[in-house]
Amino acid sequence: MSEGRGRETDRRPGSRSDPNPDSATEEDGRPGIYGEYGGQYVPEALMPAIEELTDAYERYVLDNDENFMDDFEARITDFGGRPTPLQHAAQLSDRYDFEVYLKREDLLHGGAHKLNNALGQCLLAKYMGKERIVAETGAGQHGTATAMAAAHLGLDCEIYMGTRDIRRQRPNVFRIRLNGAQVNPVEAGRGTLKEAISETMRDWATTVEDTHYVIGSVVGPHPFPAMVRDFQRVIAEEIRAQSIETFDALPSSVVACAGGGSNTMGAFAAFTEERGRTGETGKAEETGGRDDSEVGLFAIEAGGSSLSVDEDRGVAPNSASLSTGSEGVLHGARTKLLQDRDGQIMESHSISSGLDYAGVGPELAALVDSERVRALSVDDDRALEGFHRLSQEEGIIPALETAHAIAWLDETDPAEVGDRVVVNVSGRGDKDLESALEETAKRDLDIAPEMDVFDVSAMASGSEADTSQEGTNGHDADANASTGSESSDSDGGEGNTR
Amino acid sequence: MSAIREAFVDEPAFVPYLAVGDPNAEASIEYIEALCRGGADVIELGLPFSEPIAEGPTIQGAVVRSLEGGMTPAKFFETVSRLDVDVPLVCMTYYNLIHRFGDRDGPKPFVERAAEVGINGFVVPDLPAEEAGPLRDVCDEYGLDLIFIVAPTTRGERLERIMARVSGYAYVQARLGVTGARANVSTQTTASLDRLADWDIPKAVGFGIKTGEHAREVVAAGADGVIVGSALVDLIAEGGEAGDSVGEVADRLEAKARELKQGALEGRGTETSAGTGTEAEAEPRARPERK
Repeated sequence: MSEGRGRETDRRPGSRSDPNPDSATEEDGRPGIYGEYGGQYVPEALMPAIEELTDAYERYVLDNDENFMDDFEARITDFGGRPTPLQHAAQLSDRYDFEVYLKREDLLHGGAHKLNNALGQCLLAKYMGKERIVAETGAGQHGTATAMAAAHLGLDCEIYMGTRDIRRQRPNVFRIRLNGAQVNPVEAGRGTLKEAISETMRDWATTVEDTHYVIGSVVGPHPFPAMVRDFQRVIAEEIRAQSIETFDALPSSVVACAGGGSNTMGAFAAFTEERGRTGETGKAEETGGRDDSEVGLFAIEAGGSSLSVDEDRGVAPNSASLSTGSEGVLHGARTKLLQDRDGQIMESHSISSGLDYAGVGPELAALVDSERVRALSVDDDRALEGFHRLSQEEGIIPALETAHAIAWLDETDPAEVGDRVVVNVSGRGDKDLESALEETAKRDLDIAPEMDVFDVSAMASGSEADTSQEGTNGHDADANASTGSESSDSDGGEGNTR
Repeated sequence: MSAIREAFVDEPAFVPYLAVGDPNAEASIEYIEALCRGGADVIELGLPFSEPIAEGPTIQGAVVRSLEGGMTPAKFFETVSRLDVDVPLVCMTYYNLIHRFGDRDGPKPFVERAAEVGINGFVVPDLPAEEAGPLRDVCDEYGLDLIFIVAPTTRGERLERIMARVSGYAYVQARLGVTGARANVSTQTTASLDRLADWDIPKAVGFGIKTGEHAREVVAAGADGVIVGSALVDLIAEGGEAGDSVGEVADRLEAKARELKQGALEGRGTETSAGTGTEAEAEPRARPERK
């Protein structure tokens, strides 16, 4: 067990024959340390399980023992639907002075990039002989993906979700239940992702011997940040290969939203390592003469309603821990956090549940410190504009998380991002329709469609409104049918929010 | 021998926990003094952290009440400095508060201030042995103890790693999970105590002990002390909900303390303490050795 600690573990998944496997940010010696971040700050009761998991990660993921990674790749293809397209966005490319390409993770099974990690970890749990899965969820996307993966693999599954997020993300709650998983509401604090993670850790501390905790982002104690990145890095590998195939060069920039940072690290992972200007096959023309290290990487955080914080109330009206946070220890790792002067964790805020977290992955924090990744933010209003813009101009309703990355394109220019920009469309927005309608109704946005047609007040009780809502939701019939029938049950509290 | 270690020498120790500032600092001072009158040998003083991942609902409740009452690390130290008790004090908190205190990074300013106000040691539930180097070094510099939790899952090399760093006492986690009173004492306790039997460090068992009978059983199973938190925090919470006075709650805490201490004494029976230890007035605090 302990002898593994000194070993080099940042090999690429599956131990493929990559020339230079070392991440630029992991130091020699202890794995899981990224600059001044990372580590394993968890209760002793969990440490033996974390050592067991570290061994399993090294064995199955890095060394492809028992052909684990081949099994994973087959399943993420057949069950998940990989590869996802890299789509040229014609209208956005006209709008800006650069070409925009969309990495369509919203088309992955479940409607978000989350399945890459959830399936990988559930499969790993199965190889480790664990029978039960627990996971936290914020927006519900990770909970949904984990419930699907657990059902696919025949594992018991319980999802912890903050009560506030349960209200904000009801369609995903139904999807989790439909896949046979249990949803455990977490009432502590503001009832969002931070509390859900704490409660899942408590469950794991009790059940650690037969249970695996499928953490949903590149956060937590080592090996989670490295392992989740490795399951998500397929996004970046595909971006890389599809770019070469589509326009004979690496993209000039990759843009991704950042909460905990799993879609961010997934979209960036292939570009954070030096591979040499000539590309893997030694042909300079293949990468357009561009080295991986020259691809611009932009992490777009949730600026919420303001980047300033209220120390006295312990509230940060944003979730921009990379842009405004300070170094500290939370949920198993040293990283950048939203915290007050004493080190108490602040309540974060974002219009999007999935970005609403006071911390961020330690490797991403280190990449920002080393200036390999630039962290920027987009506030709630502009994110909502991005949501409407991608919906109207490209016919893709994005998750509110993704909408932050889309909206940021309006703020930049070719001098900053270059000629070909890939935006990671981390998820689709079906889960967010209720929130998006509600938040749009509160604001006077030029870009928003006329909302009268939705008759917001009637939606709470009228069946007509349900029908029209279902119409807008397209193919996500399972979730919306459930939402519709629920809202007919004269749920007073819910009606007030619409 | 450190003051903490000495508290385990003559008889089985009763180690109560409460969250300082629950519901306010003045009440905490009264409660701590009441626990001492009831027979406390060491006191674990909780400094509340906003994300108490190792705590069950009872102590989470105490943490929320304390934070809502305005407790901060600075107020915690100020409160501790006003205590008039003659038992050793252990500060129990999460690492971020230790790490962030003062104007320098790292644990030194926190430990320095703790030593100033008379704290004798620390328990940090989210700091496993792997990450404890910096805090251990500073504790040695100031001659304070660093107590580690030994879980039911801690075996082999992990136990050796902890024993290489622990001083004061080993906090034996009675069962997996989070803090909180339970109906009975886990069989995991006996197994954990057996694994530690070869080490000359006091073993204090916590997690789930609620009654004098539990305390008796745990000590009879070989523990040198019992740690009780949630059962006491319950009394504080219930008193608060019922609108009882601080004095009434303090009386109940004192009575509960007597019950638990008495149980611990009965558990020992006629046996004498196994707790030995080398004289180590000069810091750093001696680590345990195999017997």
